[in-house]
Amino acid sequence: MNRRMIFYMIGKIITLEAVLLMLPLLVSLCYQEMNCVSAFSITIIISTAVGIAMSLIFKPSNKVIYAREGFVIVTFAWIFLSLLGCLPFILSGEIPDFFDAFFETVSGLTTTGASILRDVEALSHGTLFWRSFTHWLGGMGVLVLIMAILPSDNGRAIRIMRAEMAGPVVGKIVPKIKDTAKILYIIYFVLTFAEFVLLLIGQMPVFDSAVHAFGTAGTGGFGIKADSIGGYSPYLQWVITIFMVIFGVNFNLFYLLILRKFKPVFTNRELWFYLGIMLAAAGIITYSIYPIYNSFSDSVRHSCFQVASIVSTTGYSTADFNLWPDLAKGVIFILMFLGGCAGSTAGGLKISRVIIMLKAIIRDIRHMLHPRSVETVKFEGKPLEPAIMNSVTTYFALYIVLMACTFIVLCFEPSFDLQSNLTASISCCNNVGPGFGLVGPMAGYGGYSGFSKLVLTFAMLFGRLEIYPILLSLYPRTWRKK
Amino acid sequence: MLTVRIIVVGCGKIGENILADLANEDHNVIAIDNDPVVIGNIGNIYDVMTVCGSGTDRSVLKEARVESAELFIACTSSDEVNMLSCFIARRMGAKHTVARIRNPEYNLDNLGFLKEQLDLSRAINPDRLAAKEMYNVLKLPWAVKIQTFSVRNFEIIEINLREDSPFTGVKLMDLRNKYKAKFLICVVGRGDKVYIPDGNFVLRPGDRVGLTAEPAEIQKLMKAAGIEKKYTKNVMILGGGRIAFYLAKMLSDSGVNVKIIEIDEEKCNKLSQQLPKVVVINGNGAQQELLFEEGLASADAFVSLTGMDEENILISIFASTHNVPTVITKVNQSTMVNMASRLGLDRVISPKELMSDVLVQYARALDNTRGSNVETLYNIMDDKAVVLEFNVSAEFHGTGIPLKDLRLKPGILIAGIIRSRMAIIPTGSDCIQVNDKVIILTENRRLNDLSDILK
Repeated sequence: MNRRMIFYMIGKIITLEAVLLMLPLLVSLCYQEMNCVSAFSITIIISTAVGIAMSLIFKPSNKVIYAREGFVIVTFAWIFLSLLGCLPFILSGEIPDFFDAFFETVSGLTTTGASILRDVEALSHGTLFWRSFTHWLGGMGVLVLIMAILPSDNGRAIRIMRAEMAGPVVGKIVPKIKDTAKILYIIYFVLTFAEFVLLLIGQMPVFDSAVHAFGTAGTGGFGIKADSIGGYSPYLQWVITIFMVIFGVNFNLFYLLILRKFKPVFTNRELWFYLGIMLAAAGIITYSIYPIYNSFSDSVRHSCFQVASIVSTTGYSTADFNLWPDLAKGVIFILMFLGGCAGSTAGGLKISRVIIMLKAIIRDIRHMLHPRSVETVKFEGKPLEPAIMNSVTTYFALYIVLMACTFIVLCFEPSFDLQSNLTASISCCNNVGPGFGLVGPMAGYGGYSGFSKLVLTFAMLFGRLEIYPILLSLYPRTWRKK
Repeated sequence: MLTVRIIVVGCGKIGENILADLANEDHNVIAIDNDPVVIGNIGNIYDVMTVCGSGTDRSVLKEARVESAELFIACTSSDEVNMLSCFIARRMGAKHTVARIRNPEYNLDNLGFLKEQLDLSRAINPDRLAAKEMYNVLKLPWAVKIQTFSVRNFEIIEINLREDSPFTGVKLMDLRNKYKAKFLICVVGRGDKVYIPDGNFVLRPGDRVGLTAEPAEIQKLMKAAGIEKKYTKNVMILGGGRIAFYLAKMLSDSGVNVKIIEIDEEKCNKLSQQLPKVVVINGNGAQQELLFEEGLASADAFVSLTGMDEENILISIFASTHNVPTVITKVNQSTMVNMASRLGLDRVISPKELMSDVLVQYARALDNTRGSNVETLYNIMDDKAVVLEFNVSAEFHGTGIPLKDLRLKPGILIAGIIRSRMAIIPTGSDCIQVNDKVIILTENRRLNDLSDILK
């Protein structure tokens, strides 16, 4: 266990957070919110001091890291980031309770978008900006950002990246990890900026456009209005719908498009499956909600928006789907599990895992019919390793266990019903945001007790980092000296 | 510094070594291997991109974007696969292709033809490379290592100074007068550190010294200094593999008596057919009696080339204790190389590392000729010092000034000037002229232009 290296990396990440906090500080200065200015300034000073002290004290002589260090670095980096990230909320007095502030920050960084706030519109601009900016950072990953910026002399850094990036198989798109991270962030930035401009064209105010672009890009979903996106024009809702779909797509495909390699993109199974599921779900929901809206265009818009929002695990809403018929709610419930494509900013189980599991089921059924048959399962034109198939099924089991545990703990809450607790746990584990009942799109998580909030906070972290990193960090043997 | 986009096909022992070294050099490396376990492991350890599949499969090469590769290296265990994948890669647009070709059938007369037809930039035979290196050691037995530069008649020779060496205890500026030979001590390795010495530097026993001299002067100098041992006449080789074949051929062609001990009878027969001047003994080289019977005690050099690293190391130590003047040990595993050197075997040769060194230099040359003005770049003294070759253009401000008046940055030495293909070992009164080639020696510092040596 290379402990020095772990703390050194965390020190670097905290220093980076201090730099990134300058942005909301600037926004606060622009809006002359002195309360926020002092809150952000104090946080920046603390982060800089802690970060620099840590990277100086723990300067490692041996930079070699193995898989376990990778997992531990990622876990602790996210916990430290969240702890420091919630300081501005507490210091400015806008979210005075620690559990609330921690929940809100983790919800932001993990791109869940679940909020404990009862009245979003009462918050200051600086706080709102930081809340949404955490989505943007957490979407692609803070450690990936570190790798893109800082010189890396470590080939094994792929372990860190693999622990932070979602999906069953994390590959590089160019030989060097630093360049891969850079390219991913450039694509991410350009797409975010494109959405920002398109929202501006639709006459959304500058501040709202920026905040919503961040929220969509990270597939987060923190709104700044009580009715989320519902109050904006149909054009703006469509723009956000399309970008939610785009940010749920594997970023490697965008790189292939830049290289003008269209064939692998158009033959990408995961992409078609992703789009197909969304189209089918949107069709059913349109049929189901048509009687409510009595307008074809409204029904299509609302169903498409909600489907894109749930599948990409964003969590924006234009309508309160709590009030929709059970058929529509049923479809949305199932969609909460799926998540976007691997290698995107979306959370959830990931479409590629769903495909792999379906293929495994088909293979096993065939194998029962023809016990001597020899069959290789192929995915994206390549034979699938048995080890990867196993890890996907194990992951799925673990994922169900995680949701079950979260759900049982929530059931101790006296004032919440079964539906709310169930969807709250699923929504947080999958980084979606809204659920049904008391945690619906127009309500919030504010009613839960501090302990339940902490449980949900960790459920979000588990979901974002895909369970294993945190689980391994809690495993005592990981920490044993070699 | 720009980097080279390199594809390495085959991640076996040699391939892994090569891609590790290339990735260390900051190149963009893409590894291809058809074993998913091997390739998965490579991706975990090194900062390279991995593609699982065969190097002769067009779609695999396409996935690795071979069309934008500047260097394509094929080093699978099969010569035919290497040649074919290089051929396909070249046709698909790879700029330079290098194949590892081991089989002597391809290497003797056909190589030129093959290289031309397949449009290979280089064909590397690690066995032959190792044999050549050993041959150098045997021809100049007191040298630890000889680095030949692009211009043939310039070499840096590394020697270890013994207790009784007359070079020790004297200031370097006095040494040159003492022997009246044109030579230059350009780098000194002491323990783990490397020094670029000036005239006041005093050598100590145990130092590793890198020196240059005109080829004709070297023998003279060594004789004068009493370092030159008697000329190698009898060489005993243990193991009759491919390296042994090449080495025995080179040695016997230059008039050295060679004796090969090989345990396998069939191999012995084949060797004796191919090498009529060589004495081939069928027997187990691990038996002491056999070694003595065949004259180990009177051999000038002993080379152990069996397939087992441990056996090579042990028998080499045994030969050293029986006062064989030169003992060369072949070691394959890179971890063993360091261990063997610690045991006092200073002529340990690893074919794998030699090949990797050649390719690293090749990649550097590609890189440097494109980015900076460095012609070629070599690592010496266990990679602790760098030798750079520059062409002097008219833009360089130091031309026409005697070297002793040039204000150089610390830790930089002008080791040689090459003027119209002749090497000059510089003294303080020599000047650099336009169109010269200058050889600069420095401690791992990357210089991009000749002007960078000046203060």
